[in-house]
Amino acid sequence: MTNYLFSSRALGYLLALIVLLLLPQVLSPYHLTLVETGLSLAIMALGLNLLLRYAGVLSFGHGAYFAAGAYAVGLLNMYFPDNFSFELAMLASLGVSALVSALFGFVCVRHTRIFFSILTLALAMLMFAILEKAYHFTGGSDGIRIPLPTFFGIELTGMRRFQFLVGPYYYIVVGIFAAATLVMLAVVNSPFGKALQATRDNEVRAEMVGIRVKRFRWYAFVISGTFCGLSGGVWSFVNGHITPEISGWVFSGEIVYMVLLGGFMIFEGPIVGAMLFTYLRLYAVAWTEYWMLIVGGTLVLLVLLLPGGVTGGIAGLAARLRPGRGGGRG
Amino acid sequence: MGLIYALNGLYFAAFLFLTSLGLSIILGVMGILNLAHGSLYAIGGFVAAYFIGMMTGSPAVLMLVTAAAAAMVLAGAVGLVMETTLLKPMYKRPLEYQLLITFGILMLIEDLIKLVFGGESRYASAPFDAMGSIEITGHTYPVYFLFVMGITALAGLFIWWLMAKTKLGIMLRAIEMDRDMAQAMGIPMRRLTVVAFVLGAALAGLGGALVVPTTPAVLGMGMDVLIMAFIVVVIGGLGSLKGTLVGSLLVGLTRSFTVAFYAELEMPLLFMIAVLILVVKPEGLFGQK
Repeated sequence: MTNYLFSSRALGYLLALIVLLLLPQVLSPYHLTLVETGLSLAIMALGLNLLLRYAGVLSFGHGAYFAAGAYAVGLLNMYFPDNFSFELAMLASLGVSALVSALFGFVCVRHTRIFFSILTLALAMLMFAILEKAYHFTGGSDGIRIPLPTFFGIELTGMRRFQFLVGPYYYIVVGIFAAATLVMLAVVNSPFGKALQATRDNEVRAEMVGIRVKRFRWYAFVISGTFCGLSGGVWSFVNGHITPEISGWVFSGEIVYMVLLGGFMIFEGPIVGAMLFTYLRLYAVAWTEYWMLIVGGTLVLLVLLLPGGVTGGIAGLAARLRPGRGGGRG
Repeated sequence: MGLIYALNGLYFAAFLFLTSLGLSIILGVMGILNLAHGSLYAIGGFVAAYFIGMMTGSPAVLMLVTAAAAAMVLAGAVGLVMETTLLKPMYKRPLEYQLLITFGILMLIEDLIKLVFGGESRYASAPFDAMGSIEITGHTYPVYFLFVMGITALAGLFIWWLMAKTKLGIMLRAIEMDRDMAQAMGIPMRRLTVVAFVLGAALAGLGGALVVPTTPAVLGMGMDVLIMAFIVVVIGGLGSLKGTLVGSLLVGLTRSFTVAFYAELEMPLLFMIAVLILVVKPEGLFGQK
């Protein structure tokens, strides 16, 4: 059964990768940048779900680590414009977000349930306040512009932003996204991932069999935060501009929205959610001045009628249509 | 000058107290962090601004009382609808759904306000101007600020009386302490939850009504207030009246003095305090676990 599931998953991934790599042939450049946005946000949604699904704690402040990654890129450009290379920017994103999430996480993992959510929210707002008020250092509410970087010494002078985004950068985003997905899959299926689920199901029992609950939750927090940081770093180039809002609680709420929209009980759910959310939000904003009515209404309906998210709904439907075969949960 | 800063801080604390009190009651009784609380406050603001605009020329106190009453009724009514239709199915659901549905409701209300009242800011400074100002140690100080402090003191006393002296309050506190035990004792949970939510929503509406004479009602006004109220509740403790009062005073005075001396520090400092308290005592200064 596991083998069957695993091989069908591998096949599905291969197909998805091929589709992603072929998209530039069929999609208009505009839609390609949207897919890019969705893919970079999907890395973050996967990160949040490590905590929500596997560690059983809800962070309402993951914007802080996304911002840490994005601002690592922004500040690198601001203070070392001569060395603004993509590889250095990614390293900075990973390093800074790992550091920030290690620091914030150390405090948060001591608590669970609503206290965990409230503490993560407060820390994200602290980050927001610092980014906004320390404007001499961070550009304040105006934010920072992110220009094109160099790639391993290759200069992109003469290339326009748009050409870069729909050209080479698309494949880079797909590559980073694919790598991140595989790493996360390995994490959740590792002994560490299983131990993490044990801490979620019964903290006392997990402690009894020798799992260091807080330590493990902290590791999960750092991995989760670093995924967000990577996501922020990749996204900052797509967006071309970053502001403190990405550390605010509204954006942090949107991350949770993405994960639930896709369905957090299925490993790939958050990826689907990030893509759908990107499109939903953009189309709602383009279609009407009252886009919050649509986005908020969708959220309310989702919570009331489809708590398993889109993938959960499809899996439930498939299980009902094919009795005898279990749904592929993992 | 110090006295004026202190008075400003007190005024700000008063108005924060009104708004946070509702958030705190809802969090205490229902265990739900209502992210749409700021939107109920915004409803109060817009409704009050509308009524004050309609009543130009009337005495200031009459305008304020009518506007505040209308704001409380409307915010309470929206709270009633919200609780009975959308939140009711959520109590048995995990935390992430409870938080997200209030997040969705927040977006809905923000746009409904835009639909009903339009996107422009609404000015309603007539009561503030009509009340004038007095001299305090050589500085002029608006009478309206003193009026708000008075109203808040009355509202606070009323809530204290309700929670400490009446049967309703005792039952609400029983739910806060131990839900299962309260239910086992035959306390009508469903009805009381509705009462608590409507009360909290009406208090948010009152907070919004009292702020529009000083700052215009604008879209998104609830967002900032939610965050301030959130800090107050975190500092004071979930569901504690005393804690909400102390939290409001702490936030109000800190804000007034940092704004006077080093404004950039205001928000970071407040969040720093909130985080410190959460780390050391996650249930807040006066909260019970």
